[in-house]
Amino acid sequence: MSVAGFEVEVDRGSGLETEEMTLNMGPQHPSTHGVLRFVVKADGEVMRRAVPDIGYLHRSIEKISEKVGYHGFMPYTDRVDYVAAMFCNQGWGMVTEKLAGIEVPKRGEYCRVIAAELNRISSHLLAVGTMILDIGAITPFFHAFREREKINDLLEELCGARLTYNYMRVGGVAWDLPPGYEEKVLAFLNQLEPMLDEHYDLVSENTLFRGRAASVATISAETAISYNLVGPNLRASGVRYDVRRDEPYSVYPELEFDVPVGTGMAGEVGDSFDRYYLRVQEIRESVKILRQCFQQIPDGPVVAKVPRKLKPPAGDAQIRVESARGDMSWYAVSDGSEFPYRCKVRTGSFAAMSIIEEISQGLMLADLVTVIASLDIVAPEVDR
Amino acid sequence: MLQQFLDSLIADGVFGGLPRDIVYLIGMAAAGALVVFGFVLNVAGVTTFVERRVWARIQSRVGPNRVGPQGILQWLADGIKLLMKEEVIPFAADARLFKLAPFIVTIGFIAAFVAMPFSSVLIVADLNLGILYITAMTSLVVVGIMVAGWASNNKWSLIGGIRAAAQIVSYEIPAALSIFTVILVTGTLSMQGIIQQQGWGPWDWFIFHSPFTFVGFFITFISLLAEGNRTPFDLPEAESELVAGFVTEYSGARYLFFFLVEWGNLYVISAILVTLFLGGWQAPPIPVISDSAVGRNVLEFLTFFLKSYFGVVLMMWIRATLPRTRVDQLMTTCWKYLLPIAFFNFMGTALWVLVFPEGFRFAEILLTAVGFGLLGYFAYRVAFHLRRSGAQITLSPLS
Repeated sequence: MSVAGFEVEVDRGSGLETEEMTLNMGPQHPSTHGVLRFVVKADGEVMRRAVPDIGYLHRSIEKISEKVGYHGFMPYTDRVDYVAAMFCNQGWGMVTEKLAGIEVPKRGEYCRVIAAELNRISSHLLAVGTMILDIGAITPFFHAFREREKINDLLEELCGARLTYNYMRVGGVAWDLPPGYEEKVLAFLNQLEPMLDEHYDLVSENTLFRGRAASVATISAETAISYNLVGPNLRASGVRYDVRRDEPYSVYPELEFDVPVGTGMAGEVGDSFDRYYLRVQEIRESVKILRQCFQQIPDGPVVAKVPRKLKPPAGDAQIRVESARGDMSWYAVSDGSEFPYRCKVRTGSFAAMSIIEEISQGLMLADLVTVIASLDIVAPEVDR
Repeated sequence: MLQQFLDSLIADGVFGGLPRDIVYLIGMAAAGALVVFGFVLNVAGVTTFVERRVWARIQSRVGPNRVGPQGILQWLADGIKLLMKEEVIPFAADARLFKLAPFIVTIGFIAAFVAMPFSSVLIVADLNLGILYITAMTSLVVVGIMVAGWASNNKWSLIGGIRAAAQIVSYEIPAALSIFTVILVTGTLSMQGIIQQQGWGPWDWFIFHSPFTFVGFFITFISLLAEGNRTPFDLPEAESELVAGFVTEYSGARYLFFFLVEWGNLYVISAILVTLFLGGWQAPPIPVISDSAVGRNVLEFLTFFLKSYFGVVLMMWIRATLPRTRVDQLMTTCWKYLLPIAFFNFMGTALWVLVFPEGFRFAEILLTAVGFGLLGYFAYRVAFHLRRSGAQITLSPLS
């Protein structure tokens, strides 16, 4: 058996048997983001298996939609993924609009993209920061959170909330951009880019960090596809697939941006470092998108006229949003009443969670936290 | 030193007719209490406060600033809080060992101060095997950590304890080999003896004595970092992996003891390095002050303390910057890199001492220049990064 470059021979039956230890990691463990639990079978420091145990954060969000109606469900979608709530807002808005055949005004779409991309930056900053924190460095985490705090301020000015935004509505967004918003966002973006450079010097070039993340828990493109990985985790394995580009929605066709993929710059393609660095690159792409949005945003209304009692015709609709954690798919069935008949969300974290059992075999115990963090698993999104 | 002082007091009849041994015992206890309560606890406590403020500065935060002026009394408040907290002993723990472990750790830490010099006269006991004694005593810490990990009856604690044992035992070897490079030069193990052979100028320090001691300094530094469980080698209590490692089940006063040792150890590590490589308490002669014995000792104490505290702050800086290594990388660093280099250094120093018994002046000055050049380049890089990012930070886009 090869463990992290060492040939380890475990000789069984010679009187020197080592007992397999069952470790319970979580639900109250500092590096299980949210409430996760892993049952780890370990031989000393080497993991044999790490079996995820999900369901601690199940809140029946999809079921709630059947009781509160189309408009009323919007605040609940924030809680699907509270780190990147804008995308859940957008997903529910889009699926309802598709069911009811509502056209969103152009300015409303741009407002949605601006809010969503700001949220993507903040979500990726959190992912990157906590990954470094789990690897043991403290400062980059605070630097990332300092920048995230500024985005929270910006989004608070936009919609009054810092975490669960409830910004979007069926048919558009709740409020237009506040006066002077463009200057504030651009000022923020201008100072974010040098901070990313500093971050690169401090973390990405760090030998110890590369030693911990490079070539750890490599996911090949085939494995990634067969486990249905989406978003940054899939792209880090070298598959260039982004819903914003391949199944365009909203105003993304009018915007220019690259879809970065993992290159294996520190080790192999699809290792933990690639997943980390891809998120840093995506922050830069989001900055690009935001700058274009402010140049192209037209005047006009931000929300379409939607009846208070929305009764979409019977039928079903399915849409996909590129969330910060990848392809987020929303499916809703209408029976013609004012309540959805059924709603289903498929999220990126769930797929990422299911691959852990496969890739964690033979890793060191300390690598498990790296893997969880590099896959950017947010527990509420797994269970909903 | 202490003995002479007590002898003179006995001769003056201060203690009346008390037997000599009891006087010595009282003297030792008094000196011990003075060092422990007057210096060790305060240094360890204040270090926790300084560390939090240094980190806060590095991480664009404010840090503790409420208790006392600028939060300087925060460590006292924390200590009192922990002392008054209820102590939870897990039902399944081995209660006796569980209670004992923090004291073993504390003994190992405080006993090191017996041979720790503060100035040319301020030392509790100038043992003739001083550095060996300190190395042995600080190794006692690992026994306590292992006992704590075992007695907690918690798997995370156990892994922490085992990691600590493996790590500290491994890093003792390169540390000892590098310490021997200095001992080869001095020919004495006594802490005062080692310092007396150095001078106040950097070119007289043992770090710049030969290329081998220069490398030896860095190996000692890395090894002692690992022995003190400091980042990037803080695996035994890696909070993101092992919850809190061997201290997971501890609370209240016993938790306090572990942390006292952790922060106090920073000073011990620095003091060992300063004694061996950085000239110890050797202070430059200042005309008026150096004439009186008291003035000279105060100057020497300050020199030693400032040098040591510079090392402490450096270790805080390292902890705030670097991530943690993995356990296999830790062992690779030790056995594949540090140990061969340390051994090579050891042999090299032996040769150097054979060839240049009186030291080689040109090499010393050249190495001093190289050392300060590296320091200057480091300062330049720090200034560069500060300039680049400092101007960009706005605390809020809304303001």
